[in-house]
Amino acid sequence: MSASTAPVTVYVPGDSAAKSVGADEVADALRRAAARAGKPIRLVRNGSRGMLWLEPLVEVATPNGRIGYGPVAPSEVDHLVTAGLFEGADHPSRVGLVEELPWMATQDRVTFARVGVTDPLSPNDYLSHGGLAGLRRALDMSPADVVEEVTDSGLRGRGGAGFPAGIKWKTVLGCVDELKFVCCNADEGDSGTFADRMVMEGDPFLLIEGMTIAAHAVGATEGYIYIRSEYPDAVATMRSAIEIARGQGWLGDSVLGSSLSFELHVRVGGGAYICGEETSMLESLEGKRGEVRAKPPIPAIHGLFGKPTVVNNVLTLTSVPTVLANGAQAYQQLGVERSRGTQVFQLGGNIRRGGVVEKAFGVTLGELVDGYGGGTRSGRPVRAVQVGGPLGAYLPTSRFDLPMDYEGFLAAGAMVGHGGIVVFDDSVDMAAQARFAMEFCAAESCGKCTPCRVGSVRGVEVIDRITAGEHRDENLALLEDLCDVMTEGSLCAMGGLTPMPVRSAITHFPDDFLARDPSAETATAHTSARTDGMP
Amino acid sequence: MSPTSTGEASTTIEAVVRGIAADHRAHRGALLPILHAVQEALGCVPPEAIPVLADELNLSRADVHGVVTFYHDFRSQPAGRTVVRVCRAEACQAVGAGRLVDHLKDRYGMSLGDTRYDDSVTVEQVFCLGNCALGPAVQVNGRLLGRVDEDRLSAILDKAVAQ
Repeated sequence: MSASTAPVTVYVPGDSAAKSVGADEVADALRRAAARAGKPIRLVRNGSRGMLWLEPLVEVATPNGRIGYGPVAPSEVDHLVTAGLFEGADHPSRVGLVEELPWMATQDRVTFARVGVTDPLSPNDYLSHGGLAGLRRALDMSPADVVEEVTDSGLRGRGGAGFPAGIKWKTVLGCVDELKFVCCNADEGDSGTFADRMVMEGDPFLLIEGMTIAAHAVGATEGYIYIRSEYPDAVATMRSAIEIARGQGWLGDSVLGSSLSFELHVRVGGGAYICGEETSMLESLEGKRGEVRAKPPIPAIHGLFGKPTVVNNVLTLTSVPTVLANGAQAYQQLGVERSRGTQVFQLGGNIRRGGVVEKAFGVTLGELVDGYGGGTRSGRPVRAVQVGGPLGAYLPTSRFDLPMDYEGFLAAGAMVGHGGIVVFDDSVDMAAQARFAMEFCAAESCGKCTPCRVGSVRGVEVIDRITAGEHRDENLALLEDLCDVMTEGSLCAMGGLTPMPVRSAITHFPDDFLARDPSAETATAHTSARTDGMP
Repeated sequence: MSPTSTGEASTTIEAVVRGIAADHRAHRGALLPILHAVQEALGCVPPEAIPVLADELNLSRADVHGVVTFYHDFRSQPAGRTVVRVCRAEACQAVGAGRLVDHLKDRYGMSLGDTRYDDSVTVEQVFCLGNCALGPAVQVNGRLLGRVDEDRLSAILDKAVAQ
């Protein structure tokens, strides 16, 4: 085949974020334009590279590497093709070699190494880009050695709690039971987080590999991936990937010819945020109301259907294949202090260059928001960022020197959580954000414990009184007391951490909690007097 | 609906629900997948389905009712022909999700949770669609849309109403 007739490979992401801004239409337009030009193309629907502000990002394979064009509107496609897109020709939308863009080149892509690069559902792509190396090595090792490798890597739970994965696995391995489970928590409900979704849509075999390694390590035979219903594309991709993996002998009886049997199922949530809490997720997987369980007993010992169960987040399980493939030492070398390896940071909200930044722990908040993110999309100054989802703290720009690591953030009264960073410009009303934190907790509380169920409702009311200027100091003290009760008395992180955004908003942005109407303070006094005298 | 057709409808519901339950018999803790399948088939989880499910799964009616009502996804009446879900979570708030909610109210007189009188459209709130860098995000019949402004939301609503 001569060079001119060989099909050009063109990549248009099939990631749902890319599709949300027209990637499907761009793909269709490219096919039509290629047909009209008589140019054979091979169109691959890859995952997203994570440079979401450039989506839809079209990439063309050239002898020098993959050249990107973005953002591409469907209406621009014909013009781009005429201008020589299939040859990688110059154009104002051309961003150059994608791998060499500073935004990409300076990242530590470990978990996201293949996302955006390969065809997510191609087993050949997976293998040719290093897939299954971790599982193959794990299957040659004893379960105890695999657990030790994961422990030595320093890998901690990426869902937010940061519990060492190896310790959890060791507990499950130590339980004697014929039936054990590996459950993946893919109920990524925190606003500002989308890395679980992107890796499931962009590299689903990686999650399957990670869960299979976990199954071998702890002696589990069945696994469940609990995906939220808000992610229909991730559900579809994971289900297809499981079917393909079964066909390849990567799942089922005798995985890769070994003695390991492992069956994997996808379960879809029901739109309840609380089901991202691990015990609530287990209840939901059992077909019950997603009410939180008291701990102990811990799920590692008494988990799904009362059996020993590994529950890990998507990003934890997708880090495992790398740990096994390259060894604990290599992974351990990334990061700082007790936060080892990489975290997949997600930049969202009012941000100019939003997307996925995978960096070793220790990168500062400012490097992420100002450096990678480029400040706000609105062009106004950044006022606050919320790190770690709706239960995470609001931080002002004066804390941008904070390095991202679990303990450092904890000391600053904040949390890294699942790595989501939501940016707000100076038009944000922090009292409204604090109120929303309570409102959200009221809407999503499972209702099992009183501090969370009732406290959140009272929290909304108290904040309303504060901003109305009613007995401001007394109500602020009351809110502080309520936050204490919720923190100390709630059964899980939902009620226990809702005070974090509330308190951080009050601490860092106290002026926003002044009465809305400057005359309100005096008006309050008059109101009570008037009430006495009026019918 | 006439009394006769209600009777027929319940028989149909029972048959559908029993069929779905039978399909899931091999699965562990299958109530959620069953409820999703029922809603897929019938457009909602009708109250008549609850005793049938209780019977099929050897649960009390209270148990099944408790599960159905716990999850925001399950509805007791069918939604409008187009379901528009507006993300109200923080990342979308930061780029104007509140304006979309106001726009629905001002222009269409609809609050989140409402179904239009002609059953053409249901608008709902959702907390996070995982499109946090390209907000405000809206999901229309399962399809994710990004950077939605008031004009685009109007176009979605107008199209839904016309259908």
